[in-house]
Amino acid sequence: MNRSESYDVIVVGGGHNGLVNAAYLAKSGLKTIVLERRYLVGGAAITEELVPGFKFTTFSYAISLLRPEIVQELDLVKHGFMVLPMVNTFQPGYHGEHLILGSDPDVNYHEIARHSIEDAEAAQDLDHLISRMARAIKPWMDRIPPNRLSSDPVEVNALNELKVYLEDLDPEVLDLIEKCTTCSIAEILEGYFETDLIKAMYASSGIIGSRCGPRDRESGLVWLFHKLGEYDGLPGSWGFHKGGNGGFTQALARSVEDFGGEVRTNAGVDKVLYEDGEVSGVLLQDGSILKANVVVSALDPRQTFTRLVEPGDLPKDLIDCIENLKFQGTAAKVNFALSSIPTFPGLEGREEIYKGFTNIGPSIDYLQEAFEDCENGKFSRRPFLDCCIQSTIDPEMSPPGNHIMSCFVMYAPYHLKQSDWKSERENLADTVESTLTEFFPGFSDLVLHREIVTPQDIEEIVGLSEGNIFAGELFKSQLFLDRPAPGWNQYRTPIEGYYQCGSGTHPGGCVSGGPGRLAAQQILSDKGL
Amino acid sequence: MPLTTPFHSRLEEINQTGIWRHWSGYLVAPQYQYSLSNEYYSVRNSVSLLDTSPLFKYSFTGIDAKVLLERILLRDIGHCEVGKAHYTCWCDDRGFVLQDGVVMQVNSGEFWLTAAEPTLRYFRGVAKEMGLSEVIIEDVSSDFGILSLQGPQAYNVISELTEVSGTLSYFDVVQTEIAGCSVTVSRTGYTGDLGYEIWIRSDDAMRVWDALIGAGEDFNITPIGTTALKMVRVEAGLLLMGTDFYTSRFAWVDSQRETPHELGWGWMLKGLENDGRDFIGRGAVEKELEMGKSRWKTVGLTVDWQEYESTYTEAGILPPHHEVYSESTMSIYRRGSKDWDYAGYASSFLVSSLLKKPIAIAKLPVDLTAIGSEVNLEIPVIREPKNVLARVSKMPFFNPPRKTESSGEMGAHE
Ligand SMILES: Cc1cc2nc3c(=O)[nH]c(=O)nc-3n(C[C@H](O)[C@H](O)[C@H](O)COP(=O)(O)OP(=O)(O)OC[C@H]3O[C@@H](n4cnc5c(N)ncnc54)[C@H](O)[C@@H]3O)c2cc1C
Repeated sequence: MNRSESYDVIVVGGGHNGLVNAAYLAKSGLKTIVLERRYLVGGAAITEELVPGFKFTTFSYAISLLRPEIVQELDLVKHGFMVLPMVNTFQPGYHGEHLILGSDPDVNYHEIARHSIEDAEAAQDLDHLISRMARAIKPWMDRIPPNRLSSDPVEVNALNELKVYLEDLDPEVLDLIEKCTTCSIAEILEGYFETDLIKAMYASSGIIGSRCGPRDRESGLVWLFHKLGEYDGLPGSWGFHKGGNGGFTQALARSVEDFGGEVRTNAGVDKVLYEDGEVSGVLLQDGSILKANVVVSALDPRQTFTRLVEPGDLPKDLIDCIENLKFQGTAAKVNFALSSIPTFPGLEGREEIYKGFTNIGPSIDYLQEAFEDCENGKFSRRPFLDCCIQSTIDPEMSPPGNHIMSCFVMYAPYHLKQSDWKSERENLADTVESTLTEFFPGFSDLVLHREIVTPQDIEEIVGLSEGNIFAGELFKSQLFLDRPAPGWNQYRTPIEGYYQCGSGTHPGGCVSGGPGRLAAQQILSDKGL
Repeated sequence: MPLTTPFHSRLEEINQTGIWRHWSGYLVAPQYQYSLSNEYYSVRNSVSLLDTSPLFKYSFTGIDAKVLLERILLRDIGHCEVGKAHYTCWCDDRGFVLQDGVVMQVNSGEFWLTAAEPTLRYFRGVAKEMGLSEVIIEDVSSDFGILSLQGPQAYNVISELTEVSGTLSYFDVVQTEIAGCSVTVSRTGYTGDLGYEIWIRSDDAMRVWDALIGAGEDFNITPIGTTALKMVRVEAGLLLMGTDFYTSRFAWVDSQRETPHELGWGWMLKGLENDGRDFIGRGAVEKELEMGKSRWKTVGLTVDWQEYESTYTEAGILPPHHEVYSESTMSIYRRGSKDWDYAGYASSFLVSSLLKKPIAIAKLPVDLTAIGSEVNLEIPVIREPKNVLARVSKMPFFNPPRKTESSGEMGAHE
């Protein structure tokens, strides 16, 4: 065996958080390497040309939560960072009923007013309140959260600061935050809207990737979380990265390398090595060893604490917490290569309606029923679909005239009750196709190829436990002060030099980079850098 | 696609410029002719016709309508008798202005209101909170178009079409017919001149438009766009929401909000001491008055003509006079030993061709608001910030007797 190479920092996992983390550390002059198990970096943010000319965003497909500081601090524009704005959100209903909300607030007002004048006014009020809420929460998204179990005066002070901050918030903003932590999204929206289609459109962010229906109280917080993003400073807005989210992670990888870091693919890590409570390096799956005094796990908490290291070596209360974490993935994807753009009755030829999210889920009942199937251990017979046809904006995503359609599918429970995903995967895709055909007649005729991604695939390919897209549910007990576990929410672990920076840490899942960035801050400050 | 007003097909025919802008989601023309000045002067010289249909319009009926409006509006709706209109505003419960608008009692117990922003849900919400069951509030925005006929010849034009207008005093309202269509005419406007606003059923829009244009032919009737309107309203000292102030509804912090006193609308509260009205925001509004804690006041500013001229002349260029209208914020400083001692800002600026002087609507700390107070207004001269002397002056800047005269008196001028 070669004499083992040695580094200042080894980052395990080349998802976007691992890359962000590595880029910051490399920028600070540390000799840093990212080890990625797969042939490409990006984790749940990749683009693959599975069929010649068609670029599939296999997993994540849109960007909003990304911390803007990262773009600046890692000089990402230089490396190809480019996010294109979503032009419209399209919410089809039945019998040609629909909502198309775009960039002009007055036009949006009249579009909603077609359904309800009061709802149109309420949407303005709610949108403004959401923006204010997002602004209020932002500072806490972008700092290392306090440790609520610590008696260190610094931590006690930070907790106090949080308390005072909340007390000083605009009462209306505080009220919405409180509602989001205690009420279902359906309940919250009840106070604003009367029209089902509009409620459903707003509610969808409350269920994305989570095992809850719109009438479950967990959905309030999931909804809040998804409102914390922005596009060019526009709160709650989303965009497409040029070339899909893989375009983003490729830019990140170039940034790591530009700062002098190394990115190694086909380099799965088997174990993190440590002695006497201090980390010393990693053992790769090929048997080789790399040495470092700092090892950062960019994987989810289950992997970080119970696979890469021996859980028996860690405090039992921590391991109990990790074992109790809810992953319970419920999302799947079916991505389609299409011969041409789908048609919606009455809006034929209006390609611009697809330049953003297309939400299939026309009522709260529809969403809730979809969830009930999941509770019964089945995938939804009529699933909620969040579809994007990025090729309508970014021509490089598909051959001219053809299109690529990403479909995020809910609910698809990781554990099926009476079957398994091997036998159900084609059925799932058929269900998605027939649901789409209901809204877009003739949809099936357009399908050239489909890529099916079950929760089990997500787990196997990306490593996200039980296929949970956020590396752990975005539930109250698993966020902020408690992500991934009380006392261990500051990116450290009980093993000195061993850190965590995946989506299972604060601020949480989504293509945000927040965990990677804040973990880097923690590591650097621990090293006195 | 943006919506169009009921008059759109006519507007399209006359819009020489091909330029349209959006107003609350409707297509409107900033100007129709190449000469903006020609449109502007029609308001002061002859008669102008403006389509203000994009305003939000609400109707209130039922015995509780008055109770509700008394609760919401700043001015006492009790004084708005049948056939009368009020320019008024309404506040949130902290006494910050939500909107301004015109309310009128068109029939006994039936009120109509215009607003710049949607407010149906808000009004209904208040009614519900008060437990008022006998009030029906409806958004009638698309049921009606509104035309504003403004200028010294406005009376002569409208009296060709309907007799009742002859008896209309300032802020009177009457239901009548024009070209066989029933319309509601009020002696109101946003120009500070003699004028009328006419509510027309959308289906009748074209007929009434044609009738007005026909009747105005001999009086140089001139359709005007929104820019000319915005210019003349500065002369009239009328504030524009979104320019001179913002609604509290979309504010983030209180420094973006304004109270009625700060906007110079204290007059709306005349007689407050003697009435027990419980309107929303009353407590705050009274407290502000009692404690004198207005943060600023809205005033008129007249720029010193000589300094305006010399500042440009010294820089080697001609001072701009022609069609200069700006809605961008201009900083105002205290005059004294300290340079650039920030005091406030102008929110609307017009080099008034009619008055032959640059004027502005400004916000200043209370100690600088006495008539005649001198301040420095920052203007860019060849892109460089320069200070010119400006004096606090009375608003409206232009206030012709014909604006409020009864028709009998108007005849006396002929
Ligand atoms: C189907 C799906 C759709 C989504 N849609 C969106 C969306 O549209 N917008 C959005 O913002 N978020 C979305 N998300 C969530 C978001 O993509 C994830 O939260 C985020 O990408 C996770 O990033 P990460 O860097 O924390 O971890 P990951 O992306 O999970 O990265 C972990 C990396 O580690 C590698 N790895 C695993 N084990 C090892 C090992 N032993 N050794 C070395 N490497 C290893 C993996 O291959 C992977 O590359 C979606 C997620 C999924 C699954």
